[in-house]
Amino acid sequence: MIRFENVSVTYDSAEEPTVRDVQLTIPEGELVLLVGPSGVGKSTLLGTVCGLVPHFTGGTLRGRVTVDGRDTRTHKPRELADLVGTVGQDPLAHFVTDTVEDELAYGMESLGLAPAVMRRRVEETLDLLGLAELRDRPIATLSGGQQQRVAIGSVLTPHPKVLVLDEPTSALDPAAAEDVLSVLQRLVHDLGTTVLLAEHRLERVVQYADQVILLPTPGAPPVMGTPEDIMKISPVHPPVVALGHLAGWAPLPLSVRDARRRAGTLRDRLAEHDPRTPTAGTPHGETRTYPPTSTGGAGGNHGRAGGRAPAHRPGAEDRTPPATARRTLATLFRRPPEGLRTPTIATAAALGVRRGRVEALRHVDLTVTPGETIALMGRNGAGKSTLLNTFVGMIEPTSGSVTVGGRTPHRTPPRDLIREVGLVPQEPRDLLYANTVAAECTAADEDAGATPGSCRDLVTALLPGVRDDTHPRDLSEGQRLALALAIVLTGRPPLLLLDEPTRGLDYAAKARLVEVLRALAAEGHAIVLATHDVELAAELAHRVVILAGGEVVADGPTAEVVVSSPAFAPQVAKILAPQHWLTVPQVREALS
Amino acid sequence: MRSEDDDAPQQPQAGPAAEVRARTRRPTAGPRTPRPGAQSHPLRHGAESRTPRPGNAPSRRLTAPEASRSNAVHPGAWWLWALGLATAASRTNNPLLLGLLVGVAGYVVAARKTDAPWARSYTAFIKIGLFVVGIRLAFNLVLGSPIPGSHTLFTLPELPLPDWAKGIRVGGRVTAEGMLFALYDGARLATLLICVGAANALANPARLLKSLPGALYEAGVAVVVAMTFAPNMVADVVRLRTARRLRGRPTGGIKAIAQIGLPVLEGALERSVAVAASMDARGYGRTARVPAPVRLTTTVLTLGGLLGVCAGTYGLLASEGAGYGLPVLAGGVLASLAGLRLGGRRQIRTRYRPDRWGVRSWLVAGSGVAVAALMVWAGTYAPETLTLQVVPLTAPALPLWPALSLLAGLLPAFVAPVPPKESQ
Repeated sequence: MIRFENVSVTYDSAEEPTVRDVQLTIPEGELVLLVGPSGVGKSTLLGTVCGLVPHFTGGTLRGRVTVDGRDTRTHKPRELADLVGTVGQDPLAHFVTDTVEDELAYGMESLGLAPAVMRRRVEETLDLLGLAELRDRPIATLSGGQQQRVAIGSVLTPHPKVLVLDEPTSALDPAAAEDVLSVLQRLVHDLGTTVLLAEHRLERVVQYADQVILLPTPGAPPVMGTPEDIMKISPVHPPVVALGHLAGWAPLPLSVRDARRRAGTLRDRLAEHDPRTPTAGTPHGETRTYPPTSTGGAGGNHGRAGGRAPAHRPGAEDRTPPATARRTLATLFRRPPEGLRTPTIATAAALGVRRGRVEALRHVDLTVTPGETIALMGRNGAGKSTLLNTFVGMIEPTSGSVTVGGRTPHRTPPRDLIREVGLVPQEPRDLLYANTVAAECTAADEDAGATPGSCRDLVTALLPGVRDDTHPRDLSEGQRLALALAIVLTGRPPLLLLDEPTRGLDYAAKARLVEVLRALAAEGHAIVLATHDVELAAELAHRVVILAGGEVVADGPTAEVVVSSPAFAPQVAKILAPQHWLTVPQVREALS
Repeated sequence: MRSEDDDAPQQPQAGPAAEVRARTRRPTAGPRTPRPGAQSHPLRHGAESRTPRPGNAPSRRLTAPEASRSNAVHPGAWWLWALGLATAASRTNNPLLLGLLVGVAGYVVAARKTDAPWARSYTAFIKIGLFVVGIRLAFNLVLGSPIPGSHTLFTLPELPLPDWAKGIRVGGRVTAEGMLFALYDGARLATLLICVGAANALANPARLLKSLPGALYEAGVAVVVAMTFAPNMVADVVRLRTARRLRGRPTGGIKAIAQIGLPVLEGALERSVAVAASMDARGYGRTARVPAPVRLTTTVLTLGGLLGVCAGTYGLLASEGAGYGLPVLAGGVLASLAGLRLGGRRQIRTRYRPDRWGVRSWLVAGSGVAVAALMVWAGTYAPETLTLQVVPLTAPALPLWPALSLLAGLLPAFVAPVPPKESQ
């Protein structure tokens, strides 16, 4: 269906080709997954299929890409529109009209289909994607998962033979991601559509793929094969594969179900070990093993924050009620009196936030103690970002109270507040105004009243090898996050908040982020992260707070909360349930 | 559907108002059940789909159905209605009549507006209207007014101006008559704005542009995309301004705006490039092959038509060419229309569920036209009550017949389909 013949793409400003010597044939009716670290040209390769590369982006394409016999060199994107449907990373940038039904019809209108055909296909697509109730809704009022489904639906209506998707699930909560993926699978199975998708979160998609294309390093030729074969050699792989490697399972399991079938002996071996000890101790214990280079710079600058931390990290066990009580909904977010013993950095008490008629938060209680990492989870629109924004004073509480370091955030002047709390927003670019990294750092030092050079030291520690004159725009997603983190840390806030930090990060960037955050937590920083990434939460968080409809529905140690939840359990927990293992390193440690 | 209707007989079937109330309450009973109107089953179209019941069949058929895409009033009808009200407003400066007009427009908006983002602009228009009144009064206060008046309210210190600025006055005597005249004048302008705002709130502007002829389609899309951009940019500004707080900088002030200006523009530019890519990949700009003679004819007709329009307008306005002005203008308009029609042949686009101009659209548009016509007529039989004199000062009175004729503008609140109330 799609044939790449010796394809190389060189962008105008680049010296080296972004992708080189791609020689592939993608058969009809397959779901093909494109994997690889950031910056290897996944999006470029996807762009060549719909003709946007090079017709729209510029650059030179050597070789030939044919889709169903049509050469993309001679066919512009609009002439491939009836054949290829493309959905980019940001669904909002995809929409041309303002209501769901019009959006679904837009592509067909451009192709000039007969009104009766359009009407029928819109109805079919509404049913196929479960959008029938949203048909008259303005797109701006939809949630992220709904928008992603509308975006997919809008390219489905012209009945393309090929569907190209760039990170379709990275912005979605686990449940919404499942929705989108099951739709894709249905298309492949029922309609014979060829689907080509790139995704960082392999744990979500790899079990659905028929074939996997691996782009190992920039400029290297891609390797294509069955998921099992590729996962054996791939530098990026989901936890289930890592566990398979660890346990020596062959063939390699790709889904939790496969792995569970083989996990009997592993579970027996692990039963001798106490799963709880590593859960409470691991995040803290492991930080010591990290090379000093990654933490040294940050550590040197955080004497004050470190000094605030108690000598012992407050263990999860002595701060929270017994597990049985923890699981009941209403009682568990009421902190026991012992919680008051430890110094708290931030508290929210009976916090309520209203936006118009919508109650974004209702009666939320949360206490953050030094050295503690909390993962805020919940579906899109559950109030996670609102809660974080309340802690930095961007949103004024409607009822209840918030204190951070003894101050009320929304009444504290921003200049003083950044020494108490720092937030890295969902889009780190929002924090960056200057033209160069050096200028950003100087400005950050001034803003925080820090000694000149302290921000630059942090940047060097978090982002080794970034030049002073680099434009923040030219940094990769992960580098930009690190820069924003360094800027926020310049004020040495004891409380650090991160909103959806792993969106668009590959496994390597994520591992670096985990390292940095663990080091910060070890120094006594309290960290609260709002995330959909269950694997990240499992690796980092001591405590998980689940929000639903603006209320706290679960609050407790990660293992307790996460293991029992089908949506928020990491893969290792699902495989080894009912034991409380969360991550592959934990299992590895226990086995060695 | 059936079970929803079963509770209806308990409602007193008194008349339109009761019926409307009964209907609007319905979706709240079961928010998750699909709305009957929104189902758009080929056989179900609003009013016709409701099963008539013995005894109340006529009232059932006559009351407005729940709005869905199939029975929506044409956006052009809403605009005609609003322009009719605006015409009526421009014919009077009686504050009581203007207030009544604002009330009529406001009632219709309150009864028939949806929860969509574009419908929220109505309050913005009201604010702009009040602002206009304020400005008009402030100017009158500072610059004085040409209206001779004997009731001095107070005297501001007058700024001595040099000789060449004769005729301009800053400060000085402020008369009740002058202020009243300014108030009437401002109120008229504000009412015009509020009428436009009402049209904006009731008709989706994008749908109006969809009704443009094919040749103008591309221009229409540009406008639609631009319109979706403005709210996005405003959201960007808000987001970036609050993000400044995270860097420890104040969120207000000129400096804040200046610093986020560039990122906002960059964001807008990036988004427009992304939308352009998306549109291209979805087939925007696919054209049909048109034979060269047709293309040539199109160009000649359009250009010639526009020239004719220009010449005709000049002829009409200038003193010497009054004779040939009108026919040339008409010819130009016809030629341009023909050009547009021919130009539409390049378009292969089809339209998905275009809005139909049905009976309800006729009634909505007709009520606006009726209001305008009645007020123009009222201007001939009762000019003194429509255009109030401020010298001598008199209290405005509400003329009965013009006021009643304004109430014809309420018709859409009863005939237009009722928008379903979303739970949000």
